[in-house]
Parts: sequence; C-alpha cells; structure tokens
Amino acid sequence: MKQIEAQRNILDFTLSSLLRRKRKNAVLLLVYTLVVFLIASVMFFTHSIRREAALVLKDAPEMVVQKVVAGRQDLISGNYIDRISGIRGVASARGRLWGYYYDPIVGANYTVVVPETGQPQPGSVIIGDAISSSRKLYKGDLLAFRSHTGEAVLLQVEGTLSSESALVSADLILTSEDDFRELFGISKPFVTDITLKVGNQRELGTIAQKITRLLPDTRPIMRDEILRTYDSVFNWRGGAMVIILFVVVISFINFAWDRASGLSAEEKKEIGILKAIGWETSDVIMMKFWEGTAISLSSFLLGVLLAYAHVYITSSLLFEPFLKGWSVLYPDFRLTPYIDAYQISTLFFLTVLPYTVATIVPSWRAATIDPDVIMRT
Amino acid sequence: MIELADVRKVFNMNRPNEFTALHGVTLHISANRNTVLKGPSGSGKTTLLGILGCMARPTSGRIMLGEREITSLPERFLTEIRRRSFGFIFQQLNLIKGITALENIMVPAYPEGERRSQLKKRAVALLEVFGLGQKATSRVEWLSGGEAQRVAIARALINNPSVIVADEPTAHLDSKLSEEFMEIMQKLKGEGRTVIIASHDPIVYTSGFVDTVVEMRDGSVVDVRATG
Amino acid sequence: MRKSTAYLSFIGANLLLAGLMFVHASYTQEESRRQITDERELVRRLELTDLCLFTDARYTRHPSMADIHTAFQDAPMSFDHFPSGSIMPPPPHLKRHETD
Repeated sequence: MKQIEAQRNILDFTLSSLLRRKRKNAVLLLVYTLVVFLIASVMFFTHSIRREAALVLKDAPEMVVQKVVAGRQDLISGNYIDRISGIRGVASARGRLWGYYYDPIVGANYTVVVPETGQPQPGSVIIGDAISSSRKLYKGDLLAFRSHTGEAVLLQVEGTLSSESALVSADLILTSEDDFRELFGISKPFVTDITLKVGNQRELGTIAQKITRLLPDTRPIMRDEILRTYDSVFNWRGGAMVIILFVVVISFINFAWDRASGLSAEEKKEIGILKAIGWETSDVIMMKFWEGTAISLSSFLLGVLLAYAHVYITSSLLFEPFLKGWSVLYPDFRLTPYIDAYQISTLFFLTVLPYTVATIVPSWRAATIDPDVIMRT
Repeated sequence: MIELADVRKVFNMNRPNEFTALHGVTLHISANRNTVLKGPSGSGKTTLLGILGCMARPTSGRIMLGEREITSLPERFLTEIRRRSFGFIFQQLNLIKGITALENIMVPAYPEGERRSQLKKRAVALLEVFGLGQKATSRVEWLSGGEAQRVAIARALINNPSVIVADEPTAHLDSKLSEEFMEIMQKLKGEGRTVIIASHDPIVYTSGFVDTVVEMRDGSVVDVRATG
Repeated sequence: MRKSTAYLSFIGANLLLAGLMFVHASYTQEESRRQITDERELVRRLELTDLCLFTDARYTRHPSMADIHTAFQDAPMSFDHFPSGSIMPPPPHLKRHETD
C-alpha cells in the first residue's frame, strides 16, 4: 500500500511539474496524439481492407488467362478456349466478357460485366449501388449508352446490386451477352479473357506453364496472385504512404530528440534539490518515467481510440479526398473492424516505449548525483 | 548524538584537481543542543555539514548516529535515515519553483507513501505555525524573502526530524529576519530537536541561543567552545 | 481532485473505451458475416477478380489484371497521373520477369 501511495505521490509531483509548462506540454500532447491517430488510422484501414479482400476474393476465378499483343491486353479468340479446355487437368474453361464504359455525363467509369448465370434480360441491365445512388437510377429507369458506332442505346434498369456488396460491385453494370457485344462491337467468338477451373489445385502451376507453352502470347494469372495483389495495397512503398510514414517518423524523432538532448540546468538543479531533501535515485527515475509515460500513454490511447472511431464510425472521413482521387464513383468504405492486436502492440512499443526511455535515460546521470551537490554549488 | 571519528573528505581523488576538504575531523554533536560550525568560506564547514547530515560519505573515518554506525550504509538506507531524521535548510533555500508553497512542504515526504490527506493536514498545520496559512496555494516565486525562508523551514520539519541542519541560513536575510530565524531554531530546540548550523554570520554564532561553537579553518577543527 | 486521481481516472476511462472497442469490433464482425457472404457469392457468380476501391484508372480498378506497361501508358517516363496509383502499387505478379 505504501508503495502505491508513494508512486501516486510521485505521479502528483510529476503532473504538477508538467503543468508548469502548460502550453508546451499541451501542444506536445496534441501533436503526439495526432501522429498516433494518423498511423493508427492507416493501420486500421489497411488491415480491414486486406482482411476483407482475403475473405471475399477466396472465390475469385482459379485462373484467368489474358492475351497480350504488343505489350497490351487484347481480345482472345474463342478457339483459345477450346485449346485450353483440351489441356489435361483443366476441368472447364469459359470466355469472360467484361470491360469499361466511360460515361461522359458524369465523368464516371463503369465496369460492364456479362455474368455466366442470371444474365439480365436483353435490353436490361442490373446496376451497382454507387451508380444507382449517384445517378439516381432505380428499377424501371432508363440508362443511355453510346455504342461503338456512335448510336444511342437505351437499357432499362432491371434491378440494383445490394449496397452491402458495394466493395466488390459499386461500379458494376451487368448486361446480357448480346447487349454487351453490340455496345462494344465485340463480335463472336472473341472474349475479353478466359477463366478456368482445374481438377486439382496443386496442378495450377503446371497448367499455367502448359498454357504459356501452348499459347505463348497469353499470360495466366492465378488466384493466389490475385489475393496477393491486395496484400500490398496501401503498403509503405506506395507514394502517399511514404509521405505519411516520413512525417510520422520525423515527428517521433523530434519528440525523442527534445527529450534525449539532455536536461536543462534548471532540471538538473531540481533533481539536486529532490535528492537533497530525501528522494532516492529510484524515486527520481520513477518521476522521469511518469513524465514520459504521462504524455506518451495518453497520446497513444487517445490516438488509437480516435483512429478507430475515424475509420469505423466515420468511414475514414479524413482520408476521403485521398481515396477518392479523381474517381467519380467510389464505394462507401464502410469497413468491418478487424483489429490486429499485433499491430496495435507494435504501435504501442514504437510510440510509448522510446519516448519514455528517451525521457529516463538522459536523466540517469543526474539522478545519481550525490545529495550534497546542491549545497556545494 | 552524532559522533565523528577521524573523518576525512577528499574530492576528485587521484585526479589533477584532487582536493582535501576535511583533514581528520573528530567531533561530538550533542543531542538537543544548538551547535554552530563557524569559519570562513573554504574552511570545510559546508562539507562537514553534509557529512553530519548523512548527505555525503566520508573518504575515511567513521560516523555514529546515536548507537548506530552509518559510515558504510548503502545509499537506500542512508537516504531513508536522512529523510526521517534530518531536516535541511539550504543557503539558497532551494524551493521548487512553479509549484505551491504547500506542495513544496510535502515533497520530502512523498517517497514515504503516507496517505495524502494526512500528509496535507500536517503540512497545513506547519504553515499555520509559521503564520503562512493564507499562502498555502501561492507559488513560491510570489513569496517575500522572509515568507520563503519560513516555507523552507516548514519543509525541513515535514518528516518530524530529530535533527535540523542549516547551511548559511542568514546569508540573504536582514538582521531582523536573522534574529527571527535564531528564535525559531530555539523553539525547535525546545521541542527536543538537535540543531546544527554552519555560518560565518556573527548574529548566528554570537547568539545567546547557541550552545556550542565549533571553529574551523582549512578543513580542520581548530576550536570547540561551549557557550550559552 | 488530486492530480494523480484525475490522470489515472482518465487512463482508466480510456482503457475502458479500448475494451469497448474490442467488443464493438467483434460484434460488428459477427454482424458483417452476412455481408461477406453476399460479397463472396457475387465474386463467385460474376467471376470478379478485384475490389472496387478506385475507379479512376484501369490499373487501380483491376490491379490484379493490370497490363504490364500500364503505368507508362503515355510514355515510359510519364508520371503516375491518377492519385490512386500512389496508393495502389503494381501487383507482385507483375514484377516477376515475363520470360519464364
């Protein structure tokens, strides 16, 4: 009990001491919290997106085969489908029809897809949630397109995709095969690319090699490559992230520097007084510990809590301008919270520990001075 | 009460600026008496004060506090003894700036872990004794010289020490306040405490309240006189 | 109120909120199971390969399907002119040398 009381007393003294430089410490607390907030927001956001991608894309096509002509993706002829189907180990192969349509009225890019099953009626489309809400289009409304010949094509909205699936479908327009081919001028037997299913997952690599040998102008993309694409989204090597990381690192160096650059004469004198009036070296060290912890722990907790609220309750409001970029359509970014305890504890050890250590270490020497020094100077 | 046997103190040992502050001092400080260490600056009285007050260790020699030898006690125990048995008043007062008078008085007791409400009550009582009840929540920078002096004395008393040690307490005080100071020391003696003062101020060493004057010169005791 | 009490209460309140945060997260995860199932179903049915995160550029809308030279569309040294390109790096499988 006595130990706890003694610690609380030392904490009281430390807080009184911090309050002496109210403005400086308030600013420090604010900036520190902001920095933690920024990093934690990024951590929460990226972790959630990656988790969701990993979960949701588990059922992505096992393999996608693209044709590459002069370094660019080009349409594939139907006979490639037949040749691929003939490879041993391929259970089935299908030509996929999809592409982009630029809508000049709103300046938005739509992704147009022909589903394998459940195609809309010819003359109708099923639209994604972002298209529906941004152009106020609902069941029964008409959507105007310009086909590849310049003709106007009107398609009726048969239904909308759920807003809950927005993360994968916000900008989709589902059409029938005939409408697609007419709109984009892609005649049979050409398709955008080929998806295939294999009998044995472990043979995927071998089959991919066979395909490239058989059809050298194709490029296969496997499901785990698709999934790994999203592991690197928002990673620290991306341009914007480097800047954020840079700002954060510089800030922390700045804080720690201020602390680690040693004690002022006034601080040394004060420690001398405390030693003289009966504080032990360990008491002085504890005071310094509380000094570092009071600020860094508060900033850490506040920063993380605010970051959580920012990402999961306000749907990353502050990141919106960066995420939107020049997109006209964008999903809601209503993400599911996945907290990575490992990341949070790493953040804790990166923010609270160094700062506290940077506060204690320079004081070590001063804390060990003889109590009578204050009388001799 | 405090017994010194052949105490030497050397600073910066084995270095070019090696300096012997005390050359073999043997001294007895009586309990419940007011002892003054008199001598010019450089005589070693401050160093001796530090050793008497368990703030510093002698380079050689022995110290007894009551029945107990404390010469080679580890820092922790020495600090504890010092904190509980000794109260210090410094020449520069050395109050902690930026916090209140009340908190300054309480600070030496913080490591003891006493319940704060109790500690606060004691501190307030001390302030009242010195007529500073109104100044409890004032920053020490705002106190007058005399008020600050009294806060320093109150701080020295917070742990109810049996020995009061003062280093040149009247150096920055006028005659009136100096006399007042000696009166306060007399009162403390009346409470059963021992008082040790280092001073070259005549008001101090010729005061009628003083029992023993220890004269020092060049790191040695040259004379011990019982007065009063 | 005593300063240390105020501070410790503040920290305590924050820790409590942090606890609530975990509870909220786990509750929301449960709630969102249906959403994840919907999305998976759609991905399977439509054979989708990418999340709809950015719709300003082809290579950020479908990064896993991106052309090898997409980032250099106008000229080899042209800068990334879509903001999302600085957030979405080229997928790992593009960095593999294509002459296997």
